[in-house]
Amino acid sequence: MFKRKRQSEMGGSRVSVMTMNTIVLVGVLLCAVPFVYMISASFRREGDLYKLPVTVYPREWTMHNFHTLFEKTEYVRWYGNTIFTASIRTVLGVYLAALAGAAFAKYDFRFKRFFFFLVLATLTLPFHMLLIPLFLLMRDFGWVDNYLAIIVPGMVNVFNIFLMRQYIESVPDELMDAARIDGASEIGMFHRIILPLVRPALGVVGILTFVWTWNDFLWPLVVLHDDAKYLLSNGIATMDGPYEVETGAIMAGSFLATLPIIIVFLLMQRQIIAGLTQGAIRG
Amino acid sequence: MLSAHTLTTANKPQPFSLADWWSRNQRKVIPYIFLAPFLLSFVIFTVYPAGVSLFLSFQRTRGFQQAEEGGGVVLEYKGWANYERLLTKDKRFRAAMINGAEFWLGTLLVQMPLALAVALALNSPNIRFRILGRLAFFAPYITSAVVVGWIFRFVYDQNFGWMNSALAQLGIEGPAWIRDANLVMPSLIILGLWTWVGFNSLFFLAGLQNVPDDLKEAARIDGATTIRVFWHITIPFLRPVFVFVVVTGGIGSFSLFSQPYLLLDFPNTGPFDSGLFPLMYLYDMGFLNIRMGYASAIGYILTVVILIITGMQLLLFRLWKV
Repeated sequence: MFKRKRQSEMGGSRVSVMTMNTIVLVGVLLCAVPFVYMISASFRREGDLYKLPVTVYPREWTMHNFHTLFEKTEYVRWYGNTIFTASIRTVLGVYLAALAGAAFAKYDFRFKRFFFFLVLATLTLPFHMLLIPLFLLMRDFGWVDNYLAIIVPGMVNVFNIFLMRQYIESVPDELMDAARIDGASEIGMFHRIILPLVRPALGVVGILTFVWTWNDFLWPLVVLHDDAKYLLSNGIATMDGPYEVETGAIMAGSFLATLPIIIVFLLMQRQIIAGLTQGAIRG
Repeated sequence: MLSAHTLTTANKPQPFSLADWWSRNQRKVIPYIFLAPFLLSFVIFTVYPAGVSLFLSFQRTRGFQQAEEGGGVVLEYKGWANYERLLTKDKRFRAAMINGAEFWLGTLLVQMPLALAVALALNSPNIRFRILGRLAFFAPYITSAVVVGWIFRFVYDQNFGWMNSALAQLGIEGPAWIRDANLVMPSLIILGLWTWVGFNSLFFLAGLQNVPDDLKEAARIDGATTIRVFWHITIPFLRPVFVFVVVTGGIGSFSLFSQPYLLLDFPNTGPFDSGLFPLMYLYDMGFLNIRMGYASAIGYILTVVILIITGMQLLLFRLWKV
């Protein structure tokens, strides 16, 4: 997908190569600056941060902020809560999306077009518009301050269904027909043929789901009120309130919360970008 | 002997067996079972709430607090009153909608050209730091909006923020950014550029790699200049990407929440509501003011706006024919 091209816009003159390199380099630097601020502030004392002239590096490196984070706030707990809910949502979400994707990609049935229309319709409707009634529903279910509220309502994601359908279409029909002749059940085929063949796609959908859940803020804000139950996003958002922690500790918390996402992206960048850009360029 | 035996059993009416029926019909039934979680979730978490929301949007609601203690919510039918008030009288709602539109406009005018420039740069031959570039441009997008909001709140600090320190290096005295009514929107747009330029450039990059090389080559042999090739071949090929960026940008602008929430320290929404967005107003009305009926009406108006933006997709495609 990102293969080098022999010939491209703007030819290949020395000046234009320099211009292009400059654009990329300046862009990279600008993208990096806020991260540099975050990391640098994590290792400073408050006095160092609010002292002129402003410096890029800490005048004195300190782990003080991380101690504050672990001792004065429930940070470790929030981290655990987030890993727990994000993992469950990812596994269930990927499995259910693959099921629906397989139905659309590999079977003919009545109302197929109508059901697929429902998927596309939900795709365009932002979930946030239903914030109020969904909250009322969670309250009726007794799910306020319960992780079921985080896991269940967003579990079946239509974007994921859409992606899985595209990937599963590439599974050869002949393979499935051969298995049928050998007496395989449809459910068995889903587990033993379809899932193994689309394993890379499961990875992409899984990572996207994990990142979305990890970063989601508004919905946890609405359904989680007990600060021991908070996820990282709520926890970090409220750190200036009840805990009265300082800028450095907030940045330290942000840094630790961002780290796993960046690492996952580093390891899987090719697949993630391909997964995200798939639908858009067809138009 | 064996064949006669099979014949007789086959002619006998068999007792109904679920296992038999299943093995014969599973291929017809299984897609519905595979789709069941989606359909259930669609009915419970989309259709039903949408109905409740529609009902609530015509009510005045009171007594939500008591409801949590077991009491009922007091509803009073008000007809179109909530909608009427929102569309004609409510100045905060109007401010929120205008802010959403401004943010969208900023996105279109600044973000798209920048994203295209970055994509062209990443796509050109002999470019260095291609992988580093892709990582750096994508990292802001996958960073939590809460984290981004916090970082920028500190970066925009009038005295100790890096923004103003950088300006000071250039001999410019930095403004108060998020405390200045006129600068809240530019501050947010800059935050948005940082978050989304790289992300959008990846879509442009994917689009650029779809442009057939031989077409450009042929045009060049026919004597077309680089600029003409770019304008008449590359840009039309990027049409779906432009439409995608316009539409997702619109939806994102009207449902902006976490970034302004953190940047402006919600329930503060910037001086004169300069940083209030529709979804924030919905949250404010529904959960802080506990006027769920009114908030539901906001939700419906927003849904209509977003449907119109999505519909624009079709219109844009029809207007802009290659």
